[in-house]
Amino acid sequence: MPVNYYIFLSAALFCIGIMGVLTRRNAIVIFMCVELMLNAVNLLLVAFSKMHHLRALATDAQTTVGTDAQLFVFFIMVVAAAEVSVGLAIIVMMYRNIHSVDVNFLNRLKH
Amino acid sequence: MGTTEVIFWFLTAVAVFSALMMVFSKNPVHSVLWLILVFFTISGHYLLMNAQFLFIVNLIVYAGAIMVLFLFVIMLMNMEGDSEPRKNQWMTLAGIISGGTLMLVLVAALKDTGTQRQLVQMKEGQIGLIHHLGMVLFKDYVVPFEISSVLFLSAMVGAVIIGKK
Repeated sequence: MPVNYYIFLSAALFCIGIMGVLTRRNAIVIFMCVELMLNAVNLLLVAFSKMHHLRALATDAQTTVGTDAQLFVFFIMVVAAAEVSVGLAIIVMMYRNIHSVDVNFLNRLKH
Repeated sequence: MGTTEVIFWFLTAVAVFSALMMVFSKNPVHSVLWLILVFFTISGHYLLMNAQFLFIVNLIVYAGAIMVLFLFVIMLMNMEGDSEPRKNQWMTLAGIISGGTLMLVLVAALKDTGTQRQLVQMKEGQIGLIHHLGMVLFKDYVVPFEISSVLFLSAMVGAVIIGKK
């Protein structure tokens, strides 16, 4: 499978996530769109890892090129899990304070 | 067109469709369910590339744990029927146009970068297996692994402190 297809798929998912962040008002949905963008990048990292593995296989049958990228994706997932727990705690706190998760009500910084 | 191509195009179509449905559905619970479907298709892509470890981690961590956390928070807030007011249609249109323009620029910039002939290894390869990744993770990446455990601890403490305030 050409790597271009994976590039375009990841770009499409990433841009759909950006559209969601720009158009939606609900803080939880915006957070979910950020997760979608993170996953698009993960998918592209894995595709590139397999692409470089295939290239390295042509010269060395025992090569392990591409392992680092997959571990990188694993660490991205670890950080994302921590980020989601803290982010959702912040959203719950926001809901408790202003009884809404609409980001339009969060313009108090300018006053 | 072989089986791999059929599965690839099917997963791609489902992923893009459910991502669009996730963005454009009014109900947040429906958004979460569509996003779970997106994560399942991305896991399918991992399995198609024989990244079995990432396949199962993506299923357990993302489609399992994180999305259940989102669902719990939405149920806690009791806003299932809450449809957000569409006050400004122009802002929505501007957001869609900006996202589409970025997509256009990315595709136009990346389609001729010399990657057309590069192939992705499908269905085989040993680097994505749990045995190999585990050996590398606990030999070469022990320090980042332990640091990530400290990160988890601090995130846990932070979530509890923010939640109790």
